[in-house]
Amino acid sequence: MAPKRTEAISKEKILQALEDADTTFLKEDPLGTDMVLNMGPQHPATHGVLRILLRLDGETIIKAVPEIGYLHRGYEKLAENMTFHEFIPHTDRLDYLAPLSNNVAFVLAVEKLAGLEIPERAKYLRVICCELARISSHLVWLGSMAMDVGALTILLWAFREREKLYDIFDVLTGVRFTTSYTRIGGLAQDMTEQCEKMIWEFIDQFPEKLQECEALLNKNRIFIERCDGVGVISKEEAIDIGLTGPALRACGVEYDIRRADPYLIYDQLDFRVAVYDGGDSLARYYVRIQEMRESVKIVRQALEKIPKGPIKAAEPKQVLPDKERVYTKMEELIHDFMVVNFGINPPIGEIYRAIESPKGELGFYIISDGSGNPWRLKIRSPSMVNIQALPILLKGQMISDVVAIIGSLDPVMGEADK
Amino acid sequence: MDEMKEKVLEKLNEHFKHSILSTSEFRGELTVVIKKEDIVRVCEFLKVDEELHFDLLEDLTGVDMFTPSDRFQVVYHLYSLKNKYRLRLKVHVDERDLRAPTVSGVWSTANWHEREAYDMFGIIFEGHPDLRRLYMPEEFEYYPLRKDFPLMGIPGSLLLPKK
Repeated sequence: MAPKRTEAISKEKILQALEDADTTFLKEDPLGTDMVLNMGPQHPATHGVLRILLRLDGETIIKAVPEIGYLHRGYEKLAENMTFHEFIPHTDRLDYLAPLSNNVAFVLAVEKLAGLEIPERAKYLRVICCELARISSHLVWLGSMAMDVGALTILLWAFREREKLYDIFDVLTGVRFTTSYTRIGGLAQDMTEQCEKMIWEFIDQFPEKLQECEALLNKNRIFIERCDGVGVISKEEAIDIGLTGPALRACGVEYDIRRADPYLIYDQLDFRVAVYDGGDSLARYYVRIQEMRESVKIVRQALEKIPKGPIKAAEPKQVLPDKERVYTKMEELIHDFMVVNFGINPPIGEIYRAIESPKGELGFYIISDGSGNPWRLKIRSPSMVNIQALPILLKGQMISDVVAIIGSLDPVMGEADK
Repeated sequence: MDEMKEKVLEKLNEHFKHSILSTSEFRGELTVVIKKEDIVRVCEFLKVDEELHFDLLEDLTGVDMFTPSDRFQVVYHLYSLKNKYRLRLKVHVDERDLRAPTVSGVWSTANWHEREAYDMFGIIFEGHPDLRRLYMPEEFEYYPLRKDFPLMGIPGSLLLPKK
Protein backbone atom coordinates (compact mmCIF):
# COMPACT_ATOMS: atom_id res chain seq x y z
CA MET A 1 0.00 0.00 0.00
CA ALA A 2 1.50 3.26 -1.11
CA PRO A 3 1.59 6.06 1.42
CA LYS A 4 -1.26 8.52 1.09
CA ARG A 5 -0.09 11.83 -0.19
CA THR A 6 -2.05 14.96 0.40
CA GLU A 7 -3.22 17.78 -1.79
CA ALA A 8 -0.65 20.01 -0.19
CA ILE A 9 2.08 18.64 -2.46
CA SER A 10 0.49 19.80 -5.67
CA LYS A 11 -0.33 23.22 -4.23
CA GLU A 12 3.24 23.64 -3.15
CA LYS A 13 4.61 22.62 -6.54
CA ILE A 14 2.40 25.07 -8.43
CA LEU A 15 3.51 27.89 -6.17
CA GLN A 16 7.10 26.86 -6.72
CA ALA A 17 6.56 27.21 -10.45
CA LEU A 18 5.23 30.70 -9.84
CA GLU A 19 8.12 31.81 -7.68
CA ASP A 20 11.18 31.54 -9.82
CA ALA A 21 14.36 33.58 -9.81
CA ASP A 22 12.71 36.43 -11.71
CA THR A 23 9.95 37.01 -9.23
CA THR A 24 11.19 36.07 -5.78
CA PHE A 25 12.92 39.40 -5.12
CA LEU A 26 9.45 40.73 -4.47
CA LYS A 27 9.40 38.75 -1.24
CA GLU A 28 10.56 41.92 0.48
CA ASP A 29 7.43 43.86 -0.03
CA PRO A 30 7.06 46.80 2.33
CA LEU A 31 3.99 48.24 0.63
CA GLY A 32 2.13 44.95 0.47
CA THR A 33 1.36 45.17 -3.25
CA ASP A 34 2.62 41.67 -4.04
CA MET A 35 -0.22 39.21 -4.40
CA VAL A 36 -0.95 35.77 -5.79
CA LEU A 37 -4.34 35.49 -7.45
CA ASN A 38 -5.96 32.25 -8.46
CA MET A 39 -8.23 32.55 -11.49
CA GLY A 40 -10.44 29.63 -12.39
CA PRO A 41 -10.82 26.75 -13.03
CA GLN A 42 -14.48 27.66 -12.68
CA HIS A 43 -14.52 31.17 -13.94
CA PRO A 44 -17.23 32.36 -16.34
CA ALA A 45 -14.78 34.15 -18.64
CA THR A 46 -11.88 31.72 -19.02
CA HIS A 47 -13.51 29.93 -21.97
CA GLY A 48 -13.65 26.59 -20.24
CA VAL A 49 -12.05 25.03 -17.20
CA LEU A 50 -8.72 26.81 -17.45
CA ARG A 51 -6.95 27.77 -14.25
CA ILE A 52 -4.35 30.51 -14.14
CA LEU A 53 -2.25 31.51 -11.17
CA LEU A 54 -1.25 35.14 -11.38
CA ARG A 55 1.48 36.85 -9.46
CA LEU A 56 0.62 40.50 -9.24
CA ASP A 57 2.33 43.72 -8.39
CA GLY A 58 -0.67 45.92 -7.75
CA GLU A 59 -2.65 45.41 -10.95
CA THR A 60 0.28 44.44 -13.16
CA ILE A 61 0.96 40.81 -13.88
CA ILE A 62 4.51 39.72 -13.10
CA LYS A 63 4.07 36.08 -13.86
CA ALA A 64 1.31 33.72 -14.88
CA VAL A 65 1.19 29.95 -14.60
CA PRO A 66 -1.63 28.26 -16.52
CA GLU A 67 -2.87 24.94 -15.21
CA ILE A 68 -4.78 22.60 -17.48
CA GLY A 69 -6.17 19.11 -17.19
CA TYR A 70 -9.54 19.76 -15.60
CA LEU A 71 -11.29 18.28 -18.63
CA HIS A 72 -8.83 15.45 -19.22
CA ARG A 73 -10.75 12.40 -20.41
CA GLY A 74 -7.89 10.27 -21.62
CA TYR A 75 -8.86 10.09 -25.28
CA GLU A 76 -5.46 8.77 -26.28
CA LYS A 77 -5.90 5.83 -23.93
CA LEU A 78 -9.45 5.26 -25.15
CA ALA A 79 -8.28 5.33 -28.77
CA GLU A 80 -5.85 2.48 -28.14
CA ASN A 81 -8.75 0.34 -27.04
CA MET A 82 -11.13 0.87 -29.91
CA THR A 83 -11.11 0.58 -33.69
CA PHE A 84 -10.43 3.55 -35.92
CA HIS A 85 -14.10 3.85 -36.83
CA GLU A 86 -15.16 3.85 -33.22
CA PHE A 87 -12.92 6.79 -32.46
CA ILE A 88 -14.59 9.17 -34.94
CA PRO A 89 -17.39 10.23 -32.52
CA HIS A 90 -14.75 10.98 -29.89
CA THR A 91 -13.06 13.48 -32.18
CA ASP A 92 -16.25 15.57 -32.02
CA ARG A 93 -15.53 16.17 -28.37
CA LEU A 94 -12.05 17.55 -28.88
CA ASP A 95 -12.63 21.02 -30.27
CA TYR A 96 -16.35 21.09 -29.69
CA LEU A 97 -16.73 24.39 -31.54
CA ALA A 98 -15.59 22.84 -34.83
CA PRO A 99 -16.35 19.11 -34.68
CA LEU A 100 -16.41 18.79 -38.46
CA SER A 101 -12.81 19.77 -38.92
CA ASN A 102 -11.75 17.33 -36.18
CA ASN A 103 -13.60 14.55 -38.01
CA VAL A 104 -11.83 15.43 -41.22
CA ALA A 105 -8.41 15.64 -39.55
CA PHE A 106 -8.76 12.23 -37.98
CA VAL A 107 -9.96 10.37 -41.06
CA LEU A 108 -7.29 12.02 -43.20
CA ALA A 109 -4.67 10.64 -40.84
CA VAL A 110 -6.19 7.16 -40.94
CA GLU A 111 -6.50 7.27 -44.72
CA LYS A 112 -2.89 8.27 -45.05
CA LEU A 113 -1.95 5.34 -42.82
CA ALA A 114 -4.11 2.90 -44.75
CA GLY A 115 -3.18 4.36 -48.13
CA LEU A 116 -6.78 5.06 -49.09
CA GLU A 117 -7.69 7.45 -51.88
CA ILE A 118 -11.14 9.01 -51.60
CA PRO A 119 -13.43 10.13 -54.47
CA GLU A 120 -13.40 13.72 -55.70
CA ARG A 121 -16.85 14.60 -54.46
CA ALA A 122 -15.96 13.54 -50.93
CA LYS A 123 -12.87 15.76 -51.04
CA TYR A 124 -14.94 18.78 -52.06
CA LEU A 125 -17.54 18.06 -49.41
CA ARG A 126 -14.86 17.75 -46.75
CA VAL A 127 -13.41 21.10 -47.75
CA ILE A 128 -16.86 22.68 -47.49
CA CYS A 129 -17.28 21.09 -44.04
CA CYS A 130 -13.89 22.32 -42.85
CA GLU A 131 -14.51 25.87 -43.96
CA LEU A 132 -18.03 26.08 -42.57
CA ALA A 133 -16.66 24.73 -39.29
CA ARG A 134 -13.98 27.40 -39.38
CA ILE A 135 -16.59 30.11 -39.82
CA SER A 136 -18.74 28.75 -36.99
CA SER A 137 -15.75 28.48 -34.66
CA HIS A 138 -14.53 31.97 -35.48
CA LEU A 139 -18.05 33.32 -34.94
CA VAL A 140 -18.07 32.00 -31.38
CA TRP A 141 -14.66 33.54 -30.89
CA LEU A 142 -15.82 36.87 -32.33
CA GLY A 143 -18.86 36.99 -30.08
CA SER A 144 -17.09 36.00 -26.90
CA MET A 145 -14.04 38.15 -27.62
CA ALA A 146 -16.21 41.21 -28.15
CA MET A 147 -18.14 40.37 -25.01
CA ASP A 148 -14.91 40.06 -23.03
CA VAL A 149 -14.10 43.67 -23.83
CA GLY A 150 -17.65 44.84 -23.22
CA ALA A 151 -19.56 44.72 -26.52
CA LEU A 152 -22.60 42.52 -26.03
CA THR A 153 -24.33 43.18 -29.35
CA ILE A 154 -21.72 41.31 -31.36
CA LEU A 155 -22.30 38.17 -29.32
CA LEU A 156 -25.94 38.09 -30.29
CA TRP A 157 -25.23 38.85 -33.94
CA ALA A 158 -22.45 36.25 -34.18
CA PHE A 159 -24.61 33.59 -32.59
CA ARG A 160 -27.45 34.41 -34.96
CA GLU A 161 -25.14 33.66 -37.89
CA ARG A 162 -23.81 30.55 -36.19
CA GLU A 163 -27.35 29.32 -35.74
CA LYS A 164 -27.81 29.37 -39.52
CA LEU A 165 -24.67 27.28 -39.87
CA TYR A 166 -25.92 24.79 -37.33
CA ASP A 167 -29.14 24.47 -39.30
CA ILE A 168 -26.97 23.60 -42.30
CA PHE A 169 -25.04 21.01 -40.28
CA ASP A 170 -28.36 19.59 -39.13
CA VAL A 171 -29.43 18.98 -42.72
CA LEU A 172 -25.99 17.93 -43.93
CA THR A 173 -24.99 15.51 -41.19
CA GLY A 174 -28.24 14.80 -39.35
CA VAL A 175 -27.17 16.46 -36.10
CA ARG A 176 -26.31 19.97 -35.08
CA PHE A 177 -23.42 19.59 -32.72
CA THR A 178 -21.60 16.27 -32.46
CA THR A 179 -21.54 15.59 -36.16
CA SER A 180 -19.33 12.47 -36.66
CA TYR A 181 -19.90 13.11 -40.33
CA THR A 182 -16.81 11.60 -41.90
CA ARG A 183 -16.11 7.93 -42.42
CA ILE A 184 -12.81 6.30 -43.22
CA GLY A 185 -12.70 6.43 -47.01
CA GLY A 186 -15.57 8.86 -47.43
CA LEU A 187 -18.52 10.45 -45.74
CA ALA A 188 -21.60 9.27 -43.91
CA GLN A 189 -24.07 10.68 -46.40
CA ASP A 190 -24.23 12.86 -49.46
CA MET A 191 -25.19 16.50 -49.55
CA THR A 192 -28.81 16.96 -50.58
CA GLU A 193 -30.01 19.64 -52.98
CA GLN A 194 -31.83 21.33 -50.15
CA CYS A 195 -28.58 21.49 -48.18
CA GLU A 196 -26.67 22.88 -51.13
CA LYS A 197 -29.29 25.60 -51.45
CA MET A 198 -28.97 26.44 -47.77
CA ILE A 199 -25.18 26.76 -48.01
CA TRP A 200 -25.53 29.04 -51.05
CA GLU A 201 -28.02 31.19 -49.18
CA PHE A 202 -25.71 31.40 -46.20
CA ILE A 203 -22.56 32.40 -48.05
CA ASP A 204 -24.48 34.92 -50.13
CA GLN A 205 -25.65 36.86 -47.12
CA PHE A 206 -22.81 36.20 -44.66
CA PRO A 207 -20.17 38.74 -45.88
CA GLU A 208 -22.70 41.51 -45.42
CA LYS A 209 -23.49 40.41 -41.87
CA LEU A 210 -19.81 40.18 -41.09
CA GLN A 211 -19.45 43.70 -42.39
CA GLU A 212 -22.09 44.84 -39.91
CA CYS A 213 -20.16 43.26 -37.03
CA GLU A 214 -16.94 44.85 -38.22
CA ALA A 215 -18.61 48.23 -38.50
CA LEU A 216 -19.34 48.07 -34.79
CA LEU A 217 -15.78 47.12 -33.86
CA ASN A 218 -13.22 48.43 -36.33
CA LYS A 219 -13.64 52.07 -35.38
CA ASN A 220 -14.83 51.43 -31.88
CA ARG A 221 -12.45 53.28 -29.61
CA ILE A 222 -13.05 51.06 -26.59
CA PHE A 223 -12.49 47.90 -28.60
CA ILE A 224 -9.32 49.18 -30.30
CA GLU A 225 -7.81 50.46 -27.08
CA ARG A 226 -8.48 47.20 -25.29
CA CYS A 227 -6.83 45.21 -28.11
CA ASP A 228 -4.16 47.36 -29.69
CA GLY A 229 -0.77 46.53 -28.21
CA VAL A 230 -2.29 44.14 -25.66
CA GLY A 231 -0.97 40.61 -25.35
CA VAL A 232 2.00 41.08 -27.64
CA ILE A 233 4.23 38.23 -28.73
CA SER A 234 7.11 38.56 -31.15
CA LYS A 235 7.61 36.44 -34.23
CA GLU A 236 10.61 34.59 -32.82
CA GLU A 237 8.94 33.93 -29.47
CA ALA A 238 5.81 32.70 -31.23
CA ILE A 239 7.69 30.12 -33.29
CA ASP A 240 9.77 29.10 -30.30
CA ILE A 241 6.72 28.50 -28.11
CA GLY A 242 5.01 26.60 -30.93
CA LEU A 243 2.06 28.85 -31.69
CA THR A 244 0.12 27.84 -34.79
CA GLY A 245 -2.98 29.00 -36.58
CA PRO A 246 -4.36 32.55 -36.47
CA ALA A 247 -2.23 33.41 -33.45
CA LEU A 248 0.98 32.66 -35.38
CA ARG A 249 -0.19 34.40 -38.55
CA ALA A 250 -0.94 37.49 -36.48
CA CYS A 251 2.81 37.65 -35.79
CA GLY A 252 3.60 37.93 -39.46
CA VAL A 253 4.49 34.29 -40.11
CA GLU A 254 2.85 32.94 -43.21
CA TYR A 255 2.31 29.37 -42.09
CA ASP A 256 -0.96 27.81 -43.12
CA ILE A 257 -1.07 24.05 -43.59
CA ARG A 258 -3.65 24.46 -46.34
CA ARG A 259 -0.81 26.05 -48.34
CA ALA A 260 2.31 24.56 -46.78
CA ASP A 261 1.24 20.91 -46.90
CA PRO A 262 -1.97 20.90 -48.96
CA TYR A 263 -4.55 18.23 -48.27
CA LEU A 264 -7.84 17.44 -50.03
CA ILE A 265 -8.21 19.98 -52.87
CA TYR A 266 -6.77 23.09 -51.24
CA ASP A 267 -4.01 23.28 -53.84
CA GLN A 268 -6.64 23.85 -56.55
CA LEU A 269 -8.43 26.66 -54.75
CA ASP A 270 -7.80 30.34 -54.87
CA PHE A 271 -7.58 31.95 -51.45
CA ARG A 272 -5.28 34.26 -49.57
CA VAL A 273 -3.56 33.35 -46.31
CA ALA A 274 -4.38 36.09 -43.83
CA VAL A 275 -1.17 37.46 -42.32
CA TYR A 276 -0.88 40.54 -40.14
CA ASP A 277 2.02 42.03 -38.24
CA GLY A 278 1.88 43.14 -34.67
CA GLY A 279 1.33 39.95 -32.70
CA ASP A 280 -1.24 41.63 -30.44
CA SER A 281 -4.92 40.98 -29.82
CA LEU A 282 -5.91 43.36 -32.59
CA ALA A 283 -3.80 41.53 -35.18
CA ARG A 284 -5.36 38.24 -34.10
CA TYR A 285 -8.78 39.84 -34.53
CA TYR A 286 -7.97 41.01 -38.07
CA VAL A 287 -6.55 37.62 -39.04
CA ARG A 288 -9.67 35.77 -37.97
CA ILE A 289 -12.04 38.23 -39.64
CA GLN A 290 -10.03 37.92 -42.86
CA GLU A 291 -10.05 34.14 -42.55
CA MET A 292 -13.83 34.08 -42.39
CA ARG A 293 -13.99 36.02 -45.66
CA GLU A 294 -11.50 33.65 -47.26
CA SER A 295 -13.52 30.68 -46.03
CA VAL A 296 -16.59 32.07 -47.76
CA LYS A 297 -14.53 32.35 -50.93
CA ILE A 298 -13.36 28.75 -50.59
CA VAL A 299 -16.87 27.42 -49.99
CA ARG A 300 -18.13 29.34 -53.00
CA GLN A 301 -15.43 27.87 -55.26
CA ALA A 302 -15.96 24.37 -53.90
CA LEU A 303 -19.72 24.59 -54.46
CA GLU A 304 -19.21 25.81 -58.02
CA LYS A 305 -16.77 23.06 -58.91
CA ILE A 306 -18.13 20.11 -56.93
CA PRO A 307 -18.47 17.09 -59.22
CA LYS A 308 -21.17 14.44 -59.08
CA GLY A 309 -20.23 10.93 -58.14
CA PRO A 310 -19.72 8.54 -55.23
CA ILE A 311 -18.77 9.77 -51.77
CA LYS A 312 -17.07 6.60 -50.58
CA ALA A 313 -13.97 4.83 -51.83
CA ALA A 314 -14.57 1.43 -53.43
CA GLU A 315 -12.49 -0.48 -50.88
CA PRO A 316 -14.93 -2.94 -49.32
CA LYS A 317 -12.42 -4.26 -46.78
CA GLN A 318 -11.82 -0.85 -45.25
CA VAL A 319 -14.84 1.32 -45.99
CA LEU A 320 -18.19 0.79 -44.31
CA PRO A 321 -20.84 -0.15 -46.91
CA ASP A 322 -24.19 1.61 -47.24
CA LYS A 323 -26.74 0.47 -44.70
CA GLU A 324 -29.46 -0.48 -47.20
CA ARG A 325 -27.03 -2.76 -49.00
CA VAL A 326 -25.96 -4.36 -45.73
CA TYR A 327 -29.54 -5.39 -45.14
CA THR A 328 -30.06 -6.84 -48.60
CA LYS A 329 -26.70 -8.13 -49.90
CA MET A 330 -24.66 -10.97 -48.41
CA GLU A 331 -21.27 -9.62 -49.48
CA GLU A 332 -21.83 -6.23 -47.88
CA LEU A 333 -23.12 -7.82 -44.72
CA ILE A 334 -19.88 -9.77 -44.36
CA HIS A 335 -17.74 -6.71 -44.99
CA ASP A 336 -19.78 -4.64 -42.57
CA PHE A 337 -19.37 -7.31 -39.91
CA MET A 338 -15.62 -7.53 -40.45
CA VAL A 339 -15.01 -3.78 -40.51
CA VAL A 340 -17.15 -3.14 -37.44
CA ASN A 341 -15.81 -6.01 -35.37
CA PHE A 342 -12.18 -6.30 -36.39
CA GLY A 343 -11.39 -2.88 -37.79
CA ILE A 344 -9.66 -1.87 -40.97
CA ASN A 345 -6.21 -3.31 -40.18
CA PRO A 346 -3.92 -0.75 -41.79
CA PRO A 347 -0.31 -1.77 -42.49
CA ILE A 348 2.36 -1.58 -39.79
CA GLY A 349 3.83 1.88 -39.70
CA GLU A 350 3.53 5.35 -38.29
CA ILE A 351 2.26 8.58 -39.79
CA TYR A 352 1.62 12.16 -38.80
CA ARG A 353 -1.06 14.14 -40.57
CA ALA A 354 -2.05 17.66 -39.63
CA ILE A 355 -4.70 20.02 -40.90
CA GLU A 356 -5.30 23.70 -40.40
CA SER A 357 -8.12 23.62 -37.88
CA PRO A 358 -9.73 26.89 -36.75
CA LYS A 359 -7.44 26.97 -33.71
CA GLY A 360 -4.21 26.01 -35.43
CA GLU A 361 -2.39 22.87 -36.36
CA LEU A 362 -4.48 19.85 -35.43
CA GLY A 363 -2.42 16.75 -36.02
CA PHE A 364 -2.80 13.06 -35.41
CA TYR A 365 0.23 10.85 -34.94
CA ILE A 366 -0.75 7.22 -35.31
CA ILE A 367 1.37 4.13 -34.78
CA SER A 368 -0.21 1.02 -36.21
CA ASP A 369 0.81 -2.51 -35.32
CA GLY A 370 -1.29 -3.94 -38.13
CA SER A 371 -4.34 -4.66 -35.97
CA GLY A 372 -7.70 -2.94 -35.99
CA ASN A 373 -6.83 -0.65 -33.08
CA PRO A 374 -4.12 1.99 -33.15
CA TRP A 375 -1.12 1.05 -31.02
CA ARG A 376 -0.64 4.69 -30.13
CA LEU A 377 -2.65 7.71 -31.16
CA LYS A 378 -1.34 11.10 -30.22
CA ILE A 379 -3.44 14.19 -30.70
CA ARG A 380 -1.39 17.30 -31.38
CA SER A 381 -3.92 19.80 -30.16
CA PRO A 382 -3.39 23.44 -31.08
CA SER A 383 -5.16 24.81 -28.02
CA MET A 384 -2.82 23.12 -25.58
CA VAL A 385 0.26 24.53 -27.26
CA ASN A 386 -1.31 27.96 -27.66
CA ILE A 387 -2.20 28.13 -23.97
CA GLN A 388 1.47 27.57 -23.27
CA ALA A 389 2.10 31.02 -24.74
CA LEU A 390 -0.15 32.69 -22.16
CA PRO A 391 2.66 33.53 -19.69
CA ILE A 392 4.44 35.47 -22.46
CA LEU A 393 1.26 37.24 -23.54
CA LEU A 394 0.22 38.12 -20.01
CA LYS A 395 3.52 39.34 -18.65
CA GLY A 396 3.40 43.04 -17.84
CA GLN A 397 -0.28 43.37 -18.70
CA MET A 398 -3.06 44.59 -16.44
CA ILE A 399 -5.33 42.22 -14.58
CA SER A 400 -8.37 43.52 -16.48
CA ASP A 401 -6.82 42.41 -19.77
CA VAL A 402 -6.35 38.77 -18.77
CA VAL A 403 -9.77 37.73 -19.99
CA ALA A 404 -9.43 39.64 -23.25
CA ILE A 405 -6.04 38.06 -23.94
CA ILE A 406 -7.32 34.55 -23.30
CA GLY A 407 -10.24 35.39 -25.56
CA SER A 408 -7.96 36.57 -28.34
CA LEU A 409 -6.05 33.30 -28.22
CA ASP A 410 -9.30 31.33 -28.51
CA PRO A 411 -8.43 28.13 -26.65
CA VAL A 412 -10.94 25.33 -26.31
CA MET A 413 -10.35 23.23 -23.26
CA GLY A 414 -11.91 20.11 -24.74
CA GLU A 415 -9.02 20.03 -27.15
CA ALA A 416 -6.32 21.28 -24.80
CA ASP A 417 -7.11 18.62 -22.22
CA LYS A 418 -7.89 15.77 -24.59
CA MET B 1 10.56 16.69 -50.88
CA ASP B 2 13.00 13.98 -51.92
CA GLU B 3 15.90 16.38 -52.28
CA MET B 4 15.13 17.74 -48.83
CA LYS B 5 15.16 14.22 -47.45
CA GLU B 6 18.54 13.52 -49.01
CA LYS B 7 19.89 16.78 -47.72
CA VAL B 8 18.77 16.01 -44.16
CA LEU B 9 20.29 12.54 -44.27
CA GLU B 10 23.50 13.78 -45.83
CA LYS B 11 23.95 16.51 -43.24
CA LEU B 12 23.13 14.22 -40.34
CA ASN B 13 25.52 11.59 -41.62
CA GLU B 14 28.21 14.16 -42.04
CA HIS B 15 27.97 15.59 -38.53
CA PHE B 16 26.45 12.82 -36.41
CA LYS B 17 27.43 9.60 -38.10
CA HIS B 18 27.79 7.74 -34.83
CA SER B 19 24.63 9.10 -33.24
CA ILE B 20 22.23 7.68 -35.80
CA LEU B 21 20.89 4.25 -34.93
CA SER B 22 18.59 3.78 -37.91
CA THR B 23 16.54 5.58 -40.50
CA SER B 24 13.28 4.55 -42.09
CA GLU B 25 10.62 5.90 -44.37
CA PHE B 26 6.90 5.22 -44.46
CA ARG B 27 4.36 7.07 -46.62
CA GLY B 28 6.94 9.68 -47.49
CA GLU B 29 7.77 10.52 -43.87
CA LEU B 30 11.35 10.24 -42.76
CA THR B 31 12.13 8.84 -39.30
CA VAL B 32 15.60 9.00 -37.79
CA VAL B 33 16.40 7.16 -34.57
CA ILE B 34 19.05 8.96 -32.54
CA LYS B 35 21.08 7.86 -29.55
CA LYS B 36 19.50 9.19 -26.39
CA GLU B 37 22.53 11.07 -25.12
CA ASP B 38 23.03 12.92 -28.42
CA ILE B 39 19.49 14.13 -29.02
CA VAL B 40 20.02 17.67 -27.72
CA ARG B 41 23.10 18.21 -29.88
CA VAL B 42 21.29 16.88 -32.96
CA CYS B 43 18.27 19.08 -32.28
CA GLU B 44 20.40 22.16 -31.78
CA PHE B 45 22.17 21.46 -35.04
CA LEU B 46 18.95 20.92 -36.96
CA LYS B 47 17.49 24.12 -35.58
CA VAL B 48 20.35 26.48 -36.24
CA ASP B 49 21.62 25.02 -39.52
CA GLU B 50 21.09 27.60 -42.23
CA GLU B 51 19.90 25.20 -44.89
CA LEU B 52 17.75 22.85 -42.84
CA HIS B 53 16.36 25.33 -40.30
CA PHE B 54 13.90 23.18 -38.38
CA ASP B 55 12.58 26.07 -36.33
CA LEU B 56 9.24 24.67 -35.21
CA LEU B 57 8.87 21.72 -32.88
CA GLU B 58 5.37 20.63 -33.76
CA ASP B 59 4.98 17.78 -31.39
CA LEU B 60 6.80 15.71 -28.83
CA THR B 61 5.34 12.61 -27.34
CA GLY B 62 6.11 9.38 -25.60
CA VAL B 63 5.26 5.91 -26.83
CA ASP B 64 5.11 2.67 -24.88
CA MET B 65 6.19 -0.15 -27.21
CA PHE B 66 5.88 -2.72 -24.39
CA THR B 67 9.08 -4.53 -25.39
CA PRO B 68 11.50 -6.11 -22.89
CA SER B 69 14.29 -3.70 -23.77
CA ASP B 70 13.97 -0.10 -24.97
CA ARG B 71 10.39 -0.10 -23.86
CA PHE B 72 9.68 3.60 -24.32
CA GLN B 73 10.27 6.01 -27.14
CA VAL B 74 10.25 9.76 -27.27
CA VAL B 75 9.11 11.01 -30.66
CA TYR B 76 9.89 14.50 -31.95
CA HIS B 77 8.16 16.07 -34.92
CA LEU B 78 10.28 18.86 -36.34
CA TYR B 79 9.06 21.23 -39.00
CA SER B 80 10.99 23.64 -41.13
CA LEU B 81 8.88 26.68 -41.98
CA LYS B 82 11.36 27.70 -44.63
CA ASN B 83 11.59 24.37 -46.44
CA LYS B 84 8.07 23.16 -45.60
CA TYR B 85 9.50 19.83 -44.56
CA ARG B 86 8.68 17.60 -41.61
CA LEU B 87 11.17 15.28 -39.91
CA ARG B 88 10.56 12.74 -37.20
CA LEU B 89 13.26 11.99 -34.64
CA LYS B 90 13.11 9.23 -32.09
CA VAL B 91 15.04 8.15 -29.06
CA HIS B 92 14.68 4.92 -27.15
CA VAL B 93 14.27 4.98 -23.39
CA ASP B 94 14.73 1.83 -21.40
CA GLU B 95 12.40 0.94 -18.55
CA ARG B 96 15.30 0.54 -16.11
CA ASP B 97 16.61 4.01 -16.90
CA LEU B 98 13.70 6.33 -17.52
CA ARG B 99 15.76 9.42 -18.03
CA ALA B 100 15.97 11.36 -21.28
CA PRO B 101 17.59 14.74 -21.92
CA THR B 102 15.25 17.68 -22.27
CA VAL B 103 15.06 19.69 -25.48
CA SER B 104 13.17 22.53 -23.80
CA GLY B 105 16.36 24.56 -24.04
CA VAL B 106 16.22 24.27 -27.82
CA TRP B 107 12.51 24.94 -28.31
CA SER B 108 10.52 26.33 -25.37
CA THR B 109 7.41 24.59 -26.65
CA ALA B 110 8.94 21.29 -25.55
CA ASN B 111 8.28 22.34 -21.96
CA TRP B 112 4.64 21.28 -21.84
CA HIS B 113 5.06 18.41 -24.27
CA GLU B 114 7.70 16.91 -22.02
CA ARG B 115 5.53 17.47 -18.99
CA GLU B 116 2.81 15.54 -20.79
CA ALA B 117 5.15 12.68 -21.66
CA TYR B 118 6.31 12.58 -18.05
CA ASP B 119 2.71 12.63 -16.85
CA MET B 120 1.58 9.85 -19.17
CA PHE B 121 4.63 7.58 -19.33
CA GLY B 122 6.88 8.53 -16.43
CA ILE B 123 9.79 9.49 -18.65
CA ILE B 124 11.99 11.85 -16.66
CA PHE B 125 13.41 14.70 -18.71
CA GLU B 126 16.70 15.70 -17.17
CA GLY B 127 17.28 19.42 -16.91
CA HIS B 128 13.63 20.30 -17.45
CA PRO B 129 12.84 23.62 -15.74
CA ASP B 130 9.45 22.65 -14.32
CA LEU B 131 8.76 18.93 -14.53
CA ARG B 132 5.31 18.66 -13.05
CA ARG B 133 2.38 16.56 -14.18
CA LEU B 134 0.37 18.29 -16.89
CA TYR B 135 -3.04 16.63 -16.85
CA MET B 136 -3.19 14.35 -13.86
CA PRO B 137 -3.07 15.68 -10.29
CA GLU B 138 0.33 15.67 -8.61
CA GLU B 139 -0.83 13.05 -6.10
CA PHE B 140 -1.57 10.50 -8.80
CA GLU B 141 0.96 7.69 -8.59
CA TYR B 142 0.56 5.91 -11.91
CA TYR B 143 1.31 6.65 -15.54
CA PRO B 144 -1.96 6.18 -17.39
CA LEU B 145 -0.80 5.78 -21.00
CA ARG B 146 1.50 2.89 -20.17
CA LYS B 147 0.19 -0.32 -21.63
CA ASP B 148 0.04 -2.03 -18.23
CA PHE B 149 -2.28 0.62 -16.81
CA PRO B 150 -5.85 -0.72 -17.07
CA LEU B 151 -8.36 1.12 -19.23
CA MET B 152 -10.86 1.27 -16.39
CA GLY B 153 -8.34 2.90 -14.07
CA ILE B 154 -7.29 1.79 -10.62
CA PRO B 155 -9.92 2.20 -7.90
CA GLY B 156 -8.89 4.65 -5.22
CA SER B 157 -5.99 6.09 -7.20
CA LEU B 158 -7.60 9.50 -7.57
CA LEU B 159 -8.22 11.59 -4.51
CA LEU B 160 -11.77 12.87 -4.46
CA PRO B 161 -12.80 15.94 -2.49
CA LYS B 162 -14.22 15.18 0.93
CA LYS B 163 -17.90 15.87 1.39
